[in-house]
Amino acid sequence: MTPALSAHIREKRYPRARGTKPHLALAGLSLQIAAGEFVALVGPSGCGKTTLLNIVAGLDRDFAGEVELAPGAEGRPARVGYVFQEPRLLPWRTVYENIALVLPADGADAVIGPMLRAVGLAEARDLYPSQLSVGMSRRVAIARAFAIEPDLLLMDEPFVSLDHDTVEQLRELLLELWRLRPTTVLFVTHDMREALVLADRLVLLSASPGHVVAEVPVSLERNHRHSGADIERLRTEILRRHRELIGAGADAATVE
Amino acid sequence: MSVTTPAQRASSWLATSSLAQRIGSVALFIAVWQIAADAVDSRLLPSASAVLVALVHECVAGPLLFHLGITLARVAAAFVIAMVVGTAIGIVMGRSRTIDALFDSWLVLLLNLPALVIIVLAYVWFGLTEAAAIGAVAVNKIPNTAVTLREGARALDRNYSDMAASFHISRWRTLRHVILPQLYPYIFAAARSGLALVWKIVLIVELLGMSNGVGFEIQLYFQQFDVTLILAYTISFVAVIQLIEWVIFQPLERRAGRWRQ
Repeated sequence: MTPALSAHIREKRYPRARGTKPHLALAGLSLQIAAGEFVALVGPSGCGKTTLLNIVAGLDRDFAGEVELAPGAEGRPARVGYVFQEPRLLPWRTVYENIALVLPADGADAVIGPMLRAVGLAEARDLYPSQLSVGMSRRVAIARAFAIEPDLLLMDEPFVSLDHDTVEQLRELLLELWRLRPTTVLFVTHDMREALVLADRLVLLSASPGHVVAEVPVSLERNHRHSGADIERLRTEILRRHRELIGAGADAATVE
Repeated sequence: MSVTTPAQRASSWLATSSLAQRIGSVALFIAVWQIAADAVDSRLLPSASAVLVALVHECVAGPLLFHLGITLARVAAAFVIAMVVGTAIGIVMGRSRTIDALFDSWLVLLLNLPALVIIVLAYVWFGLTEAAAIGAVAVNKIPNTAVTLREGARALDRNYSDMAASFHISRWRTLRHVILPQLYPYIFAAARSGLALVWKIVLIVELLGMSNGVGFEIQLYFQQFDVTLILAYTISFVAVIQLIEWVIFQPLERRAGRWRQ
């Protein structure tokens, strides 16, 4: 079976900006994700995780390498949903309009209603983003990405800078949505605990220039991951086995 | 029973108070004018009431409405051309460094070209035609609009464009829902200053080379030293332009800015 995503980035450089050196962001990075798999990409800040997502999403074509997405149903090009670090909702459009924008005009209504109910925002459909709480905005961003029935869902640290309870709720919401609307997920985070709670498999990235250090399947059943002790044990074990993640100097401090 | 919050009461009080202030201010202006006219007692400074009588008479029995209509049509045509062309140029220059570098000095040249020179050259090169007249007015306004919209295009948020691209939103939808809403403040700024500039230049164009319109009429009464009719035409025109601001621009701007509240 062909993987949903197969990426091989030989090299991704940022050109020399004024007063800085050219920056080698990714080098020799290979990644494959099976259809329906939930993969968490874990690495220190600045290791090129967002760069990789932008390449996979087709936003950045200036790199050496190949990215292949398996086609969607009936051979149409794969649909990619993207949840950015900031929700990136259009402030001048309502919640409903923000989601309608990414859908074909006919039939949008039939999708948006159930989608908003699924993320618990049925009442907020006519609000503008400025009227939403931070957590609600993220829900809309997630709803927007799921609304297109993506073949691949990219998520770029979507739960950073939120309070603990909100993060917990959003994680559960995400897993619930994913269970009801299965799709392939590539979830970027620097938080290994978060990765262990959510993913089928962890892909550990090195510090910049980013490449894959190790791949760790998470065998623990999802409904047994509520226990902080189990997650903590797995995390300690991974960090023990992959000392380079700790040994990478100052950057490792951010692999929490 | 309707319930109003203190904030609502305060804002409605503010609105009436500013309306009252406005009316008071206009009344004061008319009073000063009337007193000055009485004191000078010359036909070169007619009284406010004389101008009002002449205005009504010209509307009912004279050709004022005809000339006003012609001038407004020219203003509308020149305004639309200048806004569309200027906006397009501005967006392209704001998005492409190469094109910006290539044509920036052209823009500076046009910006500094006196309106009178553009009008005279248009008439010399293209004759005393309607197209030359409207074209000359539009060319006066285009660099202005282009510069304003170039600022807007430079300030476009890359994050939203990336979002649109990653979801494969069509070009037309992206323009309408993602790009233009970011440019509305710049478009409104250009439209406001544009209307003010365009109607003033239209009068000069009419005065120099047209045989109808408010500018032509003012030139006629200038030769006869008929200040009463000059003022009557001026006031009618200023009133119409202000009406456009109230009835078209302000509601449109409120609509576009709804999401900010």
